[in-house]
Parts: sequence; structure tokens; C-alpha cells
Amino acid sequence: MYTKDGETYFVVDSHVHAWDGSPANQANRYGKGFIECFYDYHRSLSPEGWVWPLEKFEKYSDETLVRDLFDEGYVDKAIFQPTYLTDFYVNGFNTTEQDGRVAEKYPGKFIVNGSFDPRDGESGLDALEMLAHRWNLKGVKLYTAEWKGISKGWKLSDPWAYRYLEKCEELGIRNIHVHKGPTIYPLNRDAFDVADVDDAATAFPDLRFIIEHCGLPRLEDFCWIATQEPNVYGGLAVAMPFIHTRPRYFAQVLGELLYWLDENRLTFASDYAIWHPKWLVEKFVDFQIPEDMQAEYGVLTPEIKKKILGLNAAKLYDLDVPDAAKVREEPADSGAAVGSAPAVPA
Amino acid sequence: MTTTAVSAEVWDALGRVRDPELDEPITDLGFVHELTVAGSEVRARLRLPTYFCAPNFAYLMVADAVDAIRAVPGVETVEVRLEDHFAAEEINAGVAAGAGFAGSFPAEAAGELDELRRTFRRKAHTACLARVCRRLLAEGWQVDALAGLRLADLPESVERESLVRRREELGLPATPDAPLVVDDDGRPVVPGKVAERLRFAQAVRVSIDGNAGFCRGLLKTRYGASNNTEERG
Repeated sequence: MYTKDGETYFVVDSHVHAWDGSPANQANRYGKGFIECFYDYHRSLSPEGWVWPLEKFEKYSDETLVRDLFDEGYVDKAIFQPTYLTDFYVNGFNTTEQDGRVAEKYPGKFIVNGSFDPRDGESGLDALEMLAHRWNLKGVKLYTAEWKGISKGWKLSDPWAYRYLEKCEELGIRNIHVHKGPTIYPLNRDAFDVADVDDAATAFPDLRFIIEHCGLPRLEDFCWIATQEPNVYGGLAVAMPFIHTRPRYFAQVLGELLYWLDENRLTFASDYAIWHPKWLVEKFVDFQIPEDMQAEYGVLTPEIKKKILGLNAAKLYDLDVPDAAKVREEPADSGAAVGSAPAVPA
Repeated sequence: MTTTAVSAEVWDALGRVRDPELDEPITDLGFVHELTVAGSEVRARLRLPTYFCAPNFAYLMVADAVDAIRAVPGVETVEVRLEDHFAAEEINAGVAAGAGFAGSFPAEAAGELDELRRTFRRKAHTACLARVCRRLLAEGWQVDALAGLRLADLPESVERESLVRRREELGLPATPDAPLVVDDDGRPVVPGKVAERLRFAQAVRVSIDGNAGFCRGLLKTRYGASNNTEERG
């Protein structure tokens, strides 16, 4: 937990990795290019003093991960989001099993999420069931833009995807994290197209669709959908680090998200090891919408920050929150309807 | 024409090639890494912020660059190559052969990129509208009053030029008497609906501007180029 100015924050890091991007595990130039791309994200947006050497970034120890998140980074619970990339890495980049091994070594610290690919058909449904039982899955992480043989991606609205989502309901997996963002590319389709989320969210009202990277850089499309679908959430991985390099942009993104969604459907994430939660948490708690934007976006209260930093994710994953970090329960309010805001766009 | 004159014209031509997603000239973004003009032969090298930048957008920029250079008087041979990109080989070969996107990725691509390009032109137009109207509102215009304005009512500005250019590209009404606030299909937005349209337009603008900043920063990180990453807005 993090305490500042008398306020206590329960921190859930909703998106972390235990990856192996080392040369020994790289299967081809794509594997090399992928980790280097991540490394540039890391170097480009981290503050001075927080940049690792490439070698450490490619593969870090369990001890480093646990120390950074829990001893230094104020994180109370971290959620592993797997990224298989078995075409790029010999043993996969970051599989459920890799994550699970770390989680079992440090009990009580992590939530292990799984994954599925609807193109695996019937056998994939069985595999998902086994994975769910083995790791007690409450969530999955999906990559709709991933290539597979001649297929260059899939949609959440595909008939087979619906079969898998039905399976998730049956298995008690209610948190569907969907990667809509950079670095995994479909060919001619738009990697960030979130239209399929709309259909799936309507068809499965009991599931929660957490859009990782909140659709950036297609923020508007994501916001438009999230406004209409109450079970669509925004994961702040990749948006968070702009708080340091481009605070005014961060304020605008957060302001837009709070306007179109509300403070109850945004979840904090570091995307560790791309960024370190310690500086993100510290800067976020200190952050305020710049004065000249406040007329339009309002201000961030400690309650809003508490929800984003941990309480919203805690609800999604039924986590116990210490009394000191709770906020007063309010009736759910999605804010003003779209278009009814003060008519003064900045 | 002299080589120097051709060089300047080629550079200008490349300045009209925009990243379809970021809606900025590739010359301003620092994507043109090398440009050599020898007589009537032009060679250009493009490089992007990441190894995994979307191949569809990369293809469009390489192909557009070739078309732009070819249109410069005095140019006979053009070679544009994308570097340091996971799909560089396919894209370079495909563009050189005039194969089109689908022809460059015969096994993978499901079609050409016209619709994708149109989608992003629409977004660019929406963002331009947001910029223009932001200025008017700051000058004291009431939001619903904007529904009564025509393009001719806008003061001369870079923003107005950009807006008109986007309209023309999309085939939307762009004459001076055309209404200012229109939807994606060029239909005028009625008073009472202007705020909603502009609210969404603002989200588009934030999205595009933010992404451009991210990409500039990544290019600088990757190549150490002296790109301007100062925060604006």
C-alpha cells in the first residue's frame, strides 16, 4: 500500500509480465525486434535513473520482479497477463506456465491469467478448461491481432470466439482482457479496431471486457464503445508513463476517459517490466489536471485515484481491501450522458 | 533543371506525403532518413519509430513517396526503400513492382488499403474540425452558433487550409459556402448537436496528437535523431 498526505492507496498492478526475451530464447529476427521495440518504449518514457541495460530488460530474475513490484513499487497484488508469441520465442515470451511458476513461488502476491485463441477450435476449448482448473483462472488475456498460419487475426465477434466466451462464463472466468494496441500487428486490418468489443460486450453482459491500453491511439473509438457498454473497462497500461514525459497529454487522455466512461472503470497498470510501478504510483498520487484544463476535465480527488490505482481492479477480482484504503460506496453513476457536458470543447 | 532544384522539389513532394495515421508530413516526422538526387535518379530511405510499426501504414507511406517523387518534373528513376522494419523486404519489393498491398503479401493480406486510408482521412478531418472550432470558441463564439458558419467565415489560418484540404481529399463540400460543422459524410450538423460532434472531435484530436508525440519520441529513442519532442497543446 502507498500512503501520502494521510491517504492510503491499495495498489493493484493489473498488467505485469515475467518474460524471457533473451537471445537464447529468440527464435528469429521477430523475437529480437519485439524485445527491442519494448525496450525502446521503456527507454523513451521512463524517467532518468529508471532505465535498465538491455540485457537485464531481456530477462530479469524472479527476485528482481518481486522486489520491484512489492518491496519498492507499493503493489499489493499484481495480475500476470500472458503474451505467448510462440512464433517468435522458443519457449514462448511469457506463457501462463511461466507466470504460474513465479506465482506459486510467491504465494498470495499474484493473480495468474490465462489465454485462448478461438482458431484452436474444439481442442482449444479443452485446453482452456485444463488451464482454468490448473491456475484457477479468473481472467484471460487475448490478442485478436495475432497471426496464426494464414489467418491474420480474429475478432471477438467471430462464432468461435463466442464459443470460447461461453466457455469462460461456464468456468467462472469473467475478466476478459483484450489487447488493442501496438506491437502485435494484423496485416491490413487496423490493429486497434475495437468494434468487435462492442458486439461481444453486448452479447455477454456478465463478462467484463478490459481493453488494455484503452484503445490508444484510437482513444475515441474505445471511448465511444465504453460509453454504451457498461461492462467495458479501460486498462491504463502504456497510458500511465506519459505522466512523466508528457503530463499535459496524460491529463487529456485521463480527462477524456473520465468524461466518456467514469472513475469506476479504469484500472492502473505498469506493464512491468516496461515501466516500474514505483515512480508511476508516486507520480499518479501527486498528479493533478493542469489548471487551464480543469474547467473542462475537473480535478482528480484522492477517491478517484484510489479507485483507479486498485479498488476497481479489486472489485473485478474479488480482492479483500483493507478498511484504511476503502472509499465511501456511492451509487453507480456513469456521469453525464454523452453530449450533455458543458458545451466548451477545449 | 539542376540537381539542386530537383532536390528541393523532391523534398517538397515528400512533404506532401503524410503518415496516414498521424496526419503529419513524413518529412516533419523525421521518417525521411536519406535523400539522394543524381541527375534524374532519386533514391530515398525511410525509417520508422519501431520495427513493428503497422505494415499497412508503412506500405502506404512508401508507395505514396514513390508516387510523389515520380510526379516531380525531371525525375526518371525512383527508388524508395524502407529500412529496419520487420516487413521491409516485402514492402520494398511490392512497391517497386507496383504490386499493391495485396500483391506484396499474397498469402496474408485480404485486400487493398483504400478503406483503411479513408477511415484515417475521416479521423484527420474530424481532428481538423476540432482544432478550428477550438479557436473559435476561445474567441467567444457560442457552440450552437457554429452551426450557422460557413468555411468562408473562418479567418485565414493554417487550420483552415488543413480543414479544406481534408474535405477535398474526402470529396466533402469544400467550397467557401460549405457549412463549417459537418459529419463524416459532409452533412451539416444542426444546432443542439454541435457540442456532441465537437466533444467527439476533441477525443479524436487528443488521440492523433498524442500518438504523434509518442511516435516522435520513439524515433528519437531509436535513432537518436534530433526530433522535436517538446510537448505542445
